[in-house]
Amino acid sequence: MSIRQNPEPTRLPDFGNLGVMLRCLLAVNLLALAAALARNAELSRLPQEIVELAALVEPPLIACVVLFYAFAKRLAALPYLAALTAVEAASALVAALFHALLVPAGAPFSGVTRAALWGAAAALVVLFYFDLRNRAYSPAVAEARLMALTARIRPHFLFNSLNAVLGVIRSDPRRAEAALEELSDLFRVLMAENKSLVTLGEEFALCRQYLELEHLRLGDRLRVEWDIDACPQDAQVPPLMLQPLLENAVYHGVEPAPAPATVTIRALREGKEIRIALTNPYHGAQAQHSGNRMALENIRERLMLFYDLEARLETAAADGLFSVNIRLPYRITGEAS
Amino acid sequence: MNADTLRVLVVDDEAPARARMKSLLADLASELPNRLAGEAANGVEALALLESEPVDVALVDIRMPRMDGIELVRHLHGMEHPPSVIFTTAYDQYAVQAFELNAVDYLVKPVRAQRLHAALEKARRAALPPRETLEKLGSEARRHLSISERGRILLVPVSEILYLKAELKYVTARTSAREFLLDESLTHLEQEFAARFVRVHRNCLVAREAIAGFEKSAGDDGEAHWLVLLAGLPDKLPVSRRQWPTVKAAFAGEVR
Repeated sequence: MSIRQNPEPTRLPDFGNLGVMLRCLLAVNLLALAAALARNAELSRLPQEIVELAALVEPPLIACVVLFYAFAKRLAALPYLAALTAVEAASALVAALFHALLVPAGAPFSGVTRAALWGAAAALVVLFYFDLRNRAYSPAVAEARLMALTARIRPHFLFNSLNAVLGVIRSDPRRAEAALEELSDLFRVLMAENKSLVTLGEEFALCRQYLELEHLRLGDRLRVEWDIDACPQDAQVPPLMLQPLLENAVYHGVEPAPAPATVTIRALREGKEIRIALTNPYHGAQAQHSGNRMALENIRERLMLFYDLEARLETAAADGLFSVNIRLPYRITGEAS
Repeated sequence: MNADTLRVLVVDDEAPARARMKSLLADLASELPNRLAGEAANGVEALALLESEPVDVALVDIRMPRMDGIELVRHLHGMEHPPSVIFTTAYDQYAVQAFELNAVDYLVKPVRAQRLHAALEKARRAALPPRETLEKLGSEARRHLSISERGRILLVPVSEILYLKAELKYVTARTSAREFLLDESLTHLEQEFAARFVRVHRNCLVAREAIAGFEKSAGDDGEAHWLVLLAGLPDKLPVSRRQWPTVKAAFAGEVR
């Protein structure tokens, strides 16, 4: 699954995504509100009008959202024009059906055809909104942003590591060799065009390599606890989602610590969700540090680009520990988003 | 070994970084006679080492746990014959900017032998950067105050100080164990440690977390005023009328 997965210029939104569903509900309700405003010259009648209109709009709207949710994968598999037609037809049909069932003849807004047209129009406006939004986050734009977000070279880590390698090169050439190999692996990923998702297992492996390098520098001062057995390794995540967080944990939690300090990585699957928690000793200032905040913002933004509202990143500083908690939907390769 | 042999102290929290510096010094030994006087993993260890070991030049890393390089050099000012200092850093954008701004020399790691040679030659004759400059270089408040006692540097962890009181020419720092005479101004200390201490009187700063409560007392002029009660000490410190609202607010903030 990649940001660039789509050869066509446009595509339908992913109706299986919670964020998309919420946006649909919101957009149609705003439309209804606009219609109510347009129909009324008198403000005093407005609340009543809104209530009446809502009673008409909500049932078919919710039915449509549920319907599209159920067929999300099939819709995504269709070519754009076919999918568009299907969504339009379904919206019109559902609107007409509900109208025929719920509205007694002769009541205001009567007329099945009119209801069908309203349904189709509402769907068109919503799809137009998603198309605009898609363009704003178009593959080119999103790719450029992802590049800018991931391809940062971290000078503190690079120069300290190089200095550490120079420090052991005479006494322990093998260790120096291994460290340079790890460093080059790490920079290969850092400088790659990180457009597609990687598996969580790959990200963990990268984190281990990074921590191995930090061990060279910090020795016993850095302790790491892994608790990831309850987590599927095939889950798809944005590349470099965890490594920058670990780098922060080492910089703020381990380097200033007078005694050996432990960084913990916990991950597990809970239903359809993956939960990941990183903790490190808190010495104050990490929550405010601009570099730390930048890395967090960066990862939060990338999670949003990949998962919209379905992923969450939260931080907390309490009881002498700084923790970052990530929740994201459990998806594996080959599954449409 | 002759009198020209440079005695060098290496201060860095990372063992490989110290190893690198030692091998460079060994490489330079034929051109620039030098001897490793010792190595330390932070400022506190370096000060302890300097008590017994005469050192000409100290190579000091900036970012270290317990006591960073800048703070170490601030304390060195209390020594009768402090070593010259060369700061080293791998990468610290902000520190480097401050160093450039204040014209203080530093070396970036990884260091080349030739650069180290030049820096050692220069440092041999150089004095310590002045205190005011060091203050500007250090982004954080010191973690220790220092007193020189008979040529030794005595460290008082700021976290253990309950209150600071100005008396005549000196400022007294009180910990639960004893008192120390400092050669610093109260105003200055108030600025540096604003997060930790609150001024209760024209001549007194109290650690926020040491305040246990308040007591009302009749003063000499018959007017009532407040006294600060301390956790762990029987001393009661008068609060001036002017400072009372601030002190009360600070205490309420702590309790909450």
